[in-house]
Amino acid sequence: MREIPFEDIVEAVKEMAIVSNSILPPEMYDALKKAYEEEESPVGKEVLSQILRNDEIAKEEMMPICQDTGIAVLFVEVGEEVRVKGGSLKEALTEGVRRGYIEGYLRKSVVKDPLRRVNTGDNTPAIIHFDIVPGDRLKIRFAPKGGGSENMSVARLFAPAVGREGIIDFVVDTVDKAGGNPCPPIVIGVGIGGNFEMSAIIAKKALLRKIGERHRDPYYAEMEEEILRRVNELGIGPMGLGGKTTALDVHIETYPCHIASLPVAVNIQCHANRHMEKEL
Amino acid sequence: MSDYKRIETPLTDEVVLDLRVGDRVLITGYLYTARDSAHKRLFELIEKGEPLPIDIEGQIIYYVGPAPAKPGHVIGSAGPTTSYRMDKYTPKLHELGLKGTIGKGQRGPEVREALKKYKAVYFVAVGGAGALLAKSIKSVEPVAYEDLGPESIKRLYVEEFPVIVANDAYGGDIFEEEKKKYRKAK
Repeated sequence: MREIPFEDIVEAVKEMAIVSNSILPPEMYDALKKAYEEEESPVGKEVLSQILRNDEIAKEEMMPICQDTGIAVLFVEVGEEVRVKGGSLKEALTEGVRRGYIEGYLRKSVVKDPLRRVNTGDNTPAIIHFDIVPGDRLKIRFAPKGGGSENMSVARLFAPAVGREGIIDFVVDTVDKAGGNPCPPIVIGVGIGGNFEMSAIIAKKALLRKIGERHRDPYYAEMEEEILRRVNELGIGPMGLGGKTTALDVHIETYPCHIASLPVAVNIQCHANRHMEKEL
Repeated sequence: MSDYKRIETPLTDEVVLDLRVGDRVLITGYLYTARDSAHKRLFELIEKGEPLPIDIEGQIIYYVGPAPAKPGHVIGSAGPTTSYRMDKYTPKLHELGLKGTIGKGQRGPEVREALKKYKAVYFVAVGGAGALLAKSIKSVEPVAYEDLGPESIKRLYVEEFPVIVANDAYGGDIFEEEKKKYRKAK
């Protein structure tokens, strides 16, 4: 067994909370810059220029890109030969989120109860997805997820006959209805297959893929490109104020499913497409 | 694009009626912050016929829940939140004299009607540009509901705060008008 000290995990998560909220992944920034150069709408161009300036200020001053620093979503791959020394893994991850949000002056956006709505004050609990894998490493992927784009996300359970075209129409329609609300230019995560909950989890996971990286299966890679082209024909544009840049990328993830089902989840990510990973 | 129009709060009918969809505007003066939970509380007071903690006559409400200020800063990142969640409250506030709101995303028909009826305006600021927008905020004072944390009502003094007119007092809607120009889909 390999032992990882509790505090190492806390520090890693804390750092990811602070850094990911202030610095966009470079390929995301480059995609926004390219969109700015290519946007035809004057209002759209103005919006993209403000977004780029904002992202530069955030990076220089280590200030959150967006005041909505999200609910913390963690995908954690735990090697079977890993043991946490000095506490439990879940406690360490939670403590990292707590310290990151308090010490990093990040907004606390979590309420303790969905209906009675009292703020927990430290942005915990996080949403943590664990996966047990072979080996002695601990891999943590951290993604703060804002409420505006999450609220525009949809999951549906279709009949298998709906097929490829039906899914494409569903994704395009979901984006069309969302309009400017999820802070376009967006990134679209599509989870196809699995069951009710699995489709949503893989849609979220799809958002962690790098901008420009296509699905490994050419069939789905082509489908991603077709959705992207159709979404950008909607005219929604940056912040919904019109233009040809509505989405910067579409990522599909799939999973085997039941003979009767075709679950599809569409998870929408705003232009503050923040994520980071660390391996311990 | 047109040059910026510069306006100061509180707003008069005359200022509001000069604003048209698509105008780029720089606001100087006081703004009040309020989002979901603060609106809910304001409404409980209105329903009971009790006075509000702020005088909204001629004022602008900014839908924002800022990030905490770092030492030496006035405020943390402070961009707009999505406006439609406040739609059910907005017409009543305009009836009571509120002249403007700042948020992001489309408004419902009830809000657009209220803007015409009460001569008011809906501005959008760039969502997710919280670090940039914070630069225009010069002071922050707590006003009410401090227990709500990021959702409390605060009074901000802003200088040249950049917004775009999304819905004007004439029924114009930037989202519908601009989308049409770039839409290739049916």
